Amino acid sequence: MIAFIIARLLQAIPVLLVVGFISFAMFQFVGDPLVALLGQNFTAEEADAMRHNLGMDQPFLVQYVNFLGRVLHGDFGISYRLAKPVGELLAERLPATAELALCAAILSLLVGVPLGVLTGIKRNALISRVMMMLSLVGVSLPTFLIGVLLILLFAVQLGVLPSYGRGDVVHFAHWSTGLLTGTGRVALILPAVTLGLFQMTLILRLVRSEMLEVMRSDHIKFARARGLTPRAINFHHALSNTLVPVITIVGLQLGMLIAFSIVTETVFQWPGMGLLLVQSIGVADIPVMSAYLLLIAVVFVTINLVVDLLYFAVDPRLRGGGK
Amino acid sequence: MNALQRFLDSDFIYSFKRNPVAMVSFGVVVLVVLAAVLAPWIAPHNPFDLASLNLLDSLKPPFFQTDGDPSFPLGTDDQGRDVLSGIMYGTRISLEVAILAIGFSLTVGISVGLIAGYVGGSVDAVLMRIVDVQLTFPAILVALLVDGVVRAVLPPSAQEALQLDVIVFAIGISRWPQFARTVRGSTMIERGRDYVMAARVIGISSPRIMATHILPNVLGPVLVIATLNLGLAVLDEATLSFLGVGLPPTEPSLGTLIRFGNDFLFSGEWWITIFPGATLAVMVLSINLLGDWLRDALNPRLR
Repeated sequence: MIAFIIARLLQAIPVLLVVGFISFAMFQFVGDPLVALLGQNFTAEEADAMRHNLGMDQPFLVQYVNFLGRVLHGDFGISYRLAKPVGELLAERLPATAELALCAAILSLLVGVPLGVLTGIKRNALISRVMMMLSLVGVSLPTFLIGVLLILLFAVQLGVLPSYGRGDVVHFAHWSTGLLTGTGRVALILPAVTLGLFQMTLILRLVRSEMLEVMRSDHIKFARARGLTPRAINFHHALSNTLVPVITIVGLQLGMLIAFSIVTETVFQWPGMGLLLVQSIGVADIPVMSAYLLLIAVVFVTINLVVDLLYFAVDPRLRGGGK
Repeated sequence: MNALQRFLDSDFIYSFKRNPVAMVSFGVVVLVVLAAVLAPWIAPHNPFDLASLNLLDSLKPPFFQTDGDPSFPLGTDDQGRDVLSGIMYGTRISLEVAILAIGFSLTVGISVGLIAGYVGGSVDAVLMRIVDVQLTFPAILVALLVDGVVRAVLPPSAQEALQLDVIVFAIGISRWPQFARTVRGSTMIERGRDYVMAARVIGISSPRIMATHILPNVLGPVLVIATLNLGLAVLDEATLSFLGVGLPPTEPSLGTLIRFGNDFLFSGEWWITIFPGATLAVMVLSINLLGDWLRDALNPRLR
């Protein structure tokens, strides 16, 4: 077990170093930091002094190591657009994105898994067929279009839900949450549904196909023969056997949730990291882009690691040495 | 004639004729592609011709509502542009970007996959590590970041002119690893076959063996992935354009049209957004269904 964890951690390091290198290269070669810091008019001496101060006269690899050192201390440079430290900007916006992605993930699981079990058991019922048709449409609708349609229906036609912003938030030290205020919770509904819908359809289809597979297996027939209630069979014996692929997909899809939160945040003007990224790309704000890239790489590598470890916890077959 | 007859009698066509979903999707795709390709000749108006625009025609609702004007069947936007014509030209641009991007992905992916699978060893290890690293990130995120970096590198004067190339590059580069991985797998199998050995023995060069002997035998699965990725590439382009980092407003794709229309949702002019959105959704749904069918039809084990 410990050997496995160490091996996985060692695999993650090269990925992070490569992404760190790309991020560093962006920082170093795209745009001229001297212009950004000194303005358009500066003398050769000023430029040399600044280069020396920034360590830009040192060998390339030394600069890369220095860069990694700064990043580990949370120093991502200064945003060109907002003239504030990037680390601070990201920290301000992280809670909004985390809250949105987490609510969307929980929503998609709470709705997707039961519906998947239902359509898997009653595969020929009318309701199952309707659900499958809807899920196919859900997979083909782009996230931003779902958002636009929900705004049209609930904000414009019915006027019951807000269409932009985060409502009122409560601050705790470095964290801000909208879950504790009425307007905050209401404002979360449409973005979370928009972001969660695609995941929900994926989970539904996955759980359904896994259920179909498991229901044919011998241990389910045996459970039936023992006279267990359908409820115990469906939700205990069958569902727990579908969990391995579901965990993988949900875990990996958490990354997709973060990627698509960029779109959702833009549609709903949600003040998270994704909106910051889109605004930064529009004006080529390189420090924000490279910091976002690094941060997202850490998140993704962590997710992959946790998914692998969960495998271990869920599927006993993987524990026997694994060699 | 003989070849055509053989094609019409094949399993492939038989399974197509037996599958109403595939036939309807194929019909929709053909219709959309025709409307897009023939847009300059059959569209009722030319949204790029500024002289023909009349502000008096602006914000007209579609024909089935009161005040609708039959010459603008799906209504007009705030500048008096016909929504139907806009959709036809927009689909044209969306499809152009998606096809070029997937073509680019295919070229890179197939080349890398062939080399990695055929040469093997450390070349294979390095190339596949790159694939692994990139597959850690969702394609749309890669496309977005590549798009941002390339724009930052380009001088502002060149940006407008190269925007189409930039977005094709960004989407293409975000989708090549899948192709590379599939081609590598099949190439490794083909490499051990007798015909490859025979080709080697008579002294054909490695690049030529890869291109003329192995390539035709590994294309099947790649075509299925390419179809499914075409639908995804259309969505990628629409998403980037919707975020405002895609194509310039002078070349409005479906995503751009939806973004423009978004500003008019609250004043009640829903048709500016909804019709391009519906076109996008129906088109992608049809491409996906067609890709699913193709996957099943080309895989005899699933029958």
